[in-house]
Amino acid sequence: MTLSHFNAALLFSIFASVVFGITVKDNTREQIRYGLYCFAMFMGGLIVAGWVMWVLRH
Amino acid sequence: MASPASKETVTQTQPITMMSVVAPALGWLVPGAGHLIQRRWIRGILLMASVVTMFVLGLTMQGRVYQPNGGDILDILGFIGDLGAGGLYILSRVNDWGHVVVAHATADYGTKYIIVAGLLNFICVADAYHIAIGKKS
Repeated sequence: MTLSHFNAALLFSIFASVVFGITVKDNTREQIRYGLYCFAMFMGGLIVAGWVMWVLRH
Repeated sequence: MASPASKETVTQTQPITMMSVVAPALGWLVPGAGHLIQRRWIRGILLMASVVTMFVLGLTMQGRVYQPNGGDILDILGFIGDLGAGGLYILSRVNDWGHVVVAHATADYGTKYIIVAGLLNFICVADAYHIAIGKKS
C-alpha cells in the first residue's frame, strides 16, 4: 500500500490522538477535548513544518 | 521555614491485586484488552482499533519489523518500540512479516507506524495499570 506523506501523517495523527486522549485524561468530555487538541497540534505542526521547508527550499 | 512535617516524605504503597498484574500483562499481549477486562468497553475498543490499525498499516506499507539485536542504537530502540505491540509483534515474528529491506519512503513510514504502534501500546498498558490500582477511573 502506498500513502502520500500527508495521508500518512493524517492517519498517524488520528490514531495517536485517540490514544493520548483516552490515556491522559480521566472523564469522557476531557478525553474528547484533549484528543481533538492533540489532533489539531499534530496537523498544525505538520502544516507549519511543511511551509518552513518550502521557505528554506526557495 | 518549613515545618518538620513537610520534610517527611509520604510514601503511599498501592496494594498489589490480581487485576493490577493481569490487566497490564493482557493489555501488552492484546492491545486494548487491559481496558476491556476492566469493563472499559469503549476505551478498550478504541485503543485496540488504533494500535492494531497502525501496526497493520505499517506492515501493509512494507515497514520493517525489528529483530532483537545488539548493534546500532537506533536498531535497538526500534526493537524496543516494536516489542511494545506485544502479541502483534510475536505474530509478525512467527509469520516472518516485516522482514523486508526498506527501499522507499512509504516503507519508511510503515516502519515508523509499527514502532509507534508499540510505543502507544506501552502507554495503554500503563493506563490499564492505573485503572487497576484505582489511580484513574
